[in-house]
Amino acid sequence: MGTLLQRETADALLERLLETYRVYAPKVFPMEGCFSDTDSIRYGEIQGWDEIVWDKKSDYSFKEVLLPISQTILYFTEDEMKVPKEEEKGNLILVRSCDLHSVRRLDEIYLKNGAEDYYYKRKRENTRFILMGCPESFDSCICVSMGTNKSTDYDAYLKMDKQGVYLECQDEELGKILKAFQGKETELPVEYVTKNPVQTEIPEDLPEGIQNHAMWKEYAGRCIGCGRCNFVCPTCTCFTMQDIFYKDNDRAGERRRVWASCQVDGYTDIAGNISFRQDQGQRMRFKVLHKVYDYKKRFGYHMCVGCGRCEDVCPEYISYLACLQKLGRAAKEGQDNE
Amino acid sequence: MSNEYIPFLSQIKEVQKHTEIEYSFRMSYVGDVQPGQFFEVSIPKFGEAPISVSGIGEGDVELTIRKVGKVTNEIFENRVGQSLFMRGPYGNGFSLDLYRGKELIIVAGGTGVSPVKGVIDYFGEHREEVKSLSVIAGFKSPGDILFKDSIKRWEKQMNLTVTVDHADDPGWKTGLVTAYIPEIPIENLKDAAAIVVGPPVMMKFSVAELLKRGIKEEQIWISQERKMCCGLGKCGHCKMDDTYICLDGPVFNYTKGKKLFD
Repeated sequence: MGTLLQRETADALLERLLETYRVYAPKVFPMEGCFSDTDSIRYGEIQGWDEIVWDKKSDYSFKEVLLPISQTILYFTEDEMKVPKEEEKGNLILVRSCDLHSVRRLDEIYLKNGAEDYYYKRKRENTRFILMGCPESFDSCICVSMGTNKSTDYDAYLKMDKQGVYLECQDEELGKILKAFQGKETELPVEYVTKNPVQTEIPEDLPEGIQNHAMWKEYAGRCIGCGRCNFVCPTCTCFTMQDIFYKDNDRAGERRRVWASCQVDGYTDIAGNISFRQDQGQRMRFKVLHKVYDYKKRFGYHMCVGCGRCEDVCPEYISYLACLQKLGRAAKEGQDNE
Repeated sequence: MSNEYIPFLSQIKEVQKHTEIEYSFRMSYVGDVQPGQFFEVSIPKFGEAPISVSGIGEGDVELTIRKVGKVTNEIFENRVGQSLFMRGPYGNGFSLDLYRGKELIIVAGGTGVSPVKGVIDYFGEHREEVKSLSVIAGFKSPGDILFKDSIKRWEKQMNLTVTVDHADDPGWKTGLVTAYIPEIPIENLKDAAAIVVGPPVMMKFSVAELLKRGIKEEQIWISQERKMCCGLGKCGHCKMDDTYICLDGPVFNYTKGKKLFD
């Protein structure tokens, strides 16, 4: 059961939420798009409900809230080392179902694969997710195929129009805040996509030697290794450790982690001038198989949540969906050969 | 909540120079550690570098470092009496139990000797714990040979072959390590155990030679060197297929190791 709030009450609720949380949602950054005269839609803090973008997919995911593009791990001053403080305010992030599913993937790597990550954990514990429904699919979405179209483990579900804001809280803390505001008790079903324009079958078993299949060669000439597909992906989590010192005082500096891309040169370089996957086609293979093959082998479910952002962002128009279809055909060939 | 990224300070107790660009640093360390594991060694404001444990002593570990980048250059500037920051050890390392009672064969190339040196040292000192011990170590040239002091000791303790790719001086054995694998004495194949560590190509051909000798895949262990950036299974750089080398490796039985692809 949720609560339908009149717009004025809803505005007061947001004001109250902003006292406790930084509220992040997809919003428009005018004229900041990749091409001239285009807007960028990405996550930012909002102050009003109308800032939320509903009719378009965000170009980037919410992940930069939990995993900043560049995050300071330690501050160095002469002999001392200091861990940066975490913000006292919590985070409230509005996400669609695919992105909410990606939180499980981020948790898997940062909380369960090896030791718990201190920086991720302290932010994650302070973060709540509000689900935004999807009345219909966008072009490149494959959430239905990936099984990420529906979500039940949201902290709250939000639906809004000009007149009012509907909020259903499953999280206790958010529920308490909502209770203080007068609204109409009502039940609205969570809107979710049941059909995507493209249906994709992810091959269950891939033949041995798939990494050397001829299908990857195509990408060697097409991919320019810019790494945008990694940066827009809500499940890509790689980073590189980096130390810097301050230009105006080289006795002080910091250790950071910054986003890394498996498509960009240097990702695998080790001492002795050795590097692995120098070919762009092999890098594409590494990424795609991670999304729909080897991650599942390790953790039991696919990494890809089917948001389609990598498909949308590629400057070379490399289609991830087409690649998955090719992979499906390669898997069939493999079966036929057996 | 513990923060794995905070390094501890470790005193440089001794520096041993092998070549112009490769030194061993004896670093103070108390705690569990296995040969083949690695530490993230760092100098604040310069960065971290993953370095394998090349020796284990009382209250210290030996790290052999090659001067190849920003961090390692800076490490070379710090000498005896100074200290470095470290976190770790990470990775599984070599489990000595697997090799006890075996006819142990170790084939290592270049800096690949470093991660396996603790195993050679241990069984060299405890020869009674293995049936036999044969070590082939290959380097590019006589000037590239690491651990010369240890080699002197090993010569007395085990069946040791040191080979270099090229040498002007005829006193050196020359040729690749693979050329000496057929000469290794093996009494009973079923008791054999082999460790191969080195550059990818060297490992591939060395394993092929060992298999030719009749040693089974499950009797061979390899150590995979990949980019270890966080050491904690997070940063992704070292992943091969479904395996995080920093967590599950770097040491693998060959039956598993051969399936890993980059």
